[in-house]
Amino acid sequence: MVDAANGSAGIKPRDVHVGFMPLTDCAPLVVASELGFDRRHGLNLVLHREVSWANIRDKLGVGNFDCAHMLAPMPVAAALGLGRASDLIVAPMALSLNGNAITVSHRLYAEMLAADEAATRAGGMSAARAVARVVRARQQQGREPLTLGIVYPFSCHNYDLRYWLAAAGIDPDNDVNLIVVPPPLSVDALRTGRVDGVCVGQPWNSVAVSGGEGVIVATKNELWAMSPEKVLGVREEWAAKNPALVADLVRALVTACRWLDEPENRREAAGILARSEYVGIPEPILAGPLTGALTRGGGQAPIADPDLVVFHRGFANFPWHSHALWMLTQMIRWGQVSEPFDLKALTERVFRTDLYRDAVAGLDVPVPASDAKREGGEADGRFFGAESFDPAAPLAYLAGLSIRNSGTDLAAFAPFNP
Amino acid sequence: MPTNPDSSLKILVIDENPIRRAIIETGLAEAGFTAVTVLANTTRLIDHIYKLDPDVVLIDLENPSRDVLEQMFQVSRVVRRPIAMFVDKSDKSEIEAAIEAGVSAYIVDGLKKERVKPILETTMTRFRAFTRLQAELEEVKGALKERKIIEKAKGILMRRRGLDEEKAYELLRTTAMSQGRRIADVAQALVSSADLLGD
Repeated sequence: MVDAANGSAGIKPRDVHVGFMPLTDCAPLVVASELGFDRRHGLNLVLHREVSWANIRDKLGVGNFDCAHMLAPMPVAAALGLGRASDLIVAPMALSLNGNAITVSHRLYAEMLAADEAATRAGGMSAARAVARVVRARQQQGREPLTLGIVYPFSCHNYDLRYWLAAAGIDPDNDVNLIVVPPPLSVDALRTGRVDGVCVGQPWNSVAVSGGEGVIVATKNELWAMSPEKVLGVREEWAAKNPALVADLVRALVTACRWLDEPENRREAAGILARSEYVGIPEPILAGPLTGALTRGGGQAPIADPDLVVFHRGFANFPWHSHALWMLTQMIRWGQVSEPFDLKALTERVFRTDLYRDAVAGLDVPVPASDAKREGGEADGRFFGAESFDPAAPLAYLAGLSIRNSGTDLAAFAPFNP
Repeated sequence: MPTNPDSSLKILVIDENPIRRAIIETGLAEAGFTAVTVLANTTRLIDHIYKLDPDVVLIDLENPSRDVLEQMFQVSRVVRRPIAMFVDKSDKSEIEAAIEAGVSAYIVDGLKKERVKPILETTMTRFRAFTRLQAELEEVKGALKERKIIEKAKGILMRRRGLDEEKAYELLRTTAMSQGRRIADVAQALVSSADLLGD
């Protein structure tokens, strides 16, 4: 069972319809199709470019798509019945880690520099301290609060940005306005001042910088190193009915992800993604962050970081239960869900480590021994500064977070989570 | 005249396509819904929604601002009024039909399904009508283009082979038949070759 192609010679590969959003991290799906990793594994990906995450959810839900490029919290939210009711969506693999950034308008950047130049220039978690000073100054002066954009309510953009703000003492629900800004409109929103900053996926941060509309003040890898971002979503029912196809699909995409993580392939990937049917943004803008070179704007030195977006290494494709669990803690933290439920059972049902392990068993792909891992600790600054997350004790972790929605009764969760 | 009490339902239509917007607005008006607002520009969408306070929001699926509406499920500083907006929680086939037609509806929580149904039906019918109209338009455009190409090919044959118009067309037709191709395709090939040869 090394390669499904051996068994499928001469048979027309089955069409698998996949929805994607035009973002840099749709690369695994595009590359799998363009370079034939799909056909080598006995299937034919039919790509459908979409304009909204809501469309992706709905079209996957009614079966227009067999699978989709999804924000990692989307299947988790669907299982909780948040947003529009949908069938249960499961993630048999993750597609990428990192890849987002926080970009602010030049006006906010100037305010941040004036408030705390050292923290602003240090970037990453430190930059939030400068934002906090701006927020407090605006409150004292009776000025409008800052408005910050995210791409979707159930997104790591939302949770990362909130975490970043809260770590500096800002209550994201009361001290600032958080609004949804679709990625293609984010640059315009920065330019017109409708938002003061956005947390968005690439290439939109780099588009803003190259057009002189914004300054990147933090990358996702600086907030939480190797943090979850996109997953492959499939209907639970479809996965149950098509186990062999799901395994082939995972193998095809893991192979594409492995190809994408070879540094010498990143430029070629940028060339493919630049085409109008995929991301449709000029290659040089896509290539910078893909090859680990990030121009930040605002007269700052560029960042050299090969982990700006990660497609395979470091178990990047493994759908960690602990990642889903962390997303659940954030949904509870910010009041997106308040009815108590069994967190662990939900993560195990949605992030299907079993499907991933089975699929890659015949490939030369390393898998972790455990389905969950601790994040941060040891003051290594890899998880929102010096914070840590122990997946064995999510409620204790939540209780330790000083800024959170006060309407949620954590004690009510205890009986469901012994 | 609308005696239907539902004519008071406030409906917001968000669509960047001016023709489709007009078609839907007319359709809803004919169905007796008079409190209809149409919006082309989606900047400050949430502000508009709060000012208008609609019972039903209709948005086309080609609109990236659909994700902005997903915010309405949330309670936050921006979404000040804790209204739970949901998309028709009805059966899957209705959602499927709406997606097929290319539209999505957000409906204020608590609004009865029967009250929403005629709005959705009207909108979906109009969306489908627009799609058909667009397809027909494309077809007409294509047919016009083909006719021009055939005229051009006939002209080339008349000049180069000294044929009259009828004979030139006859030659195109028999060539197409013997090759199992469409006349327009044969004509296109001829025009392209003639261009290459500097005719």
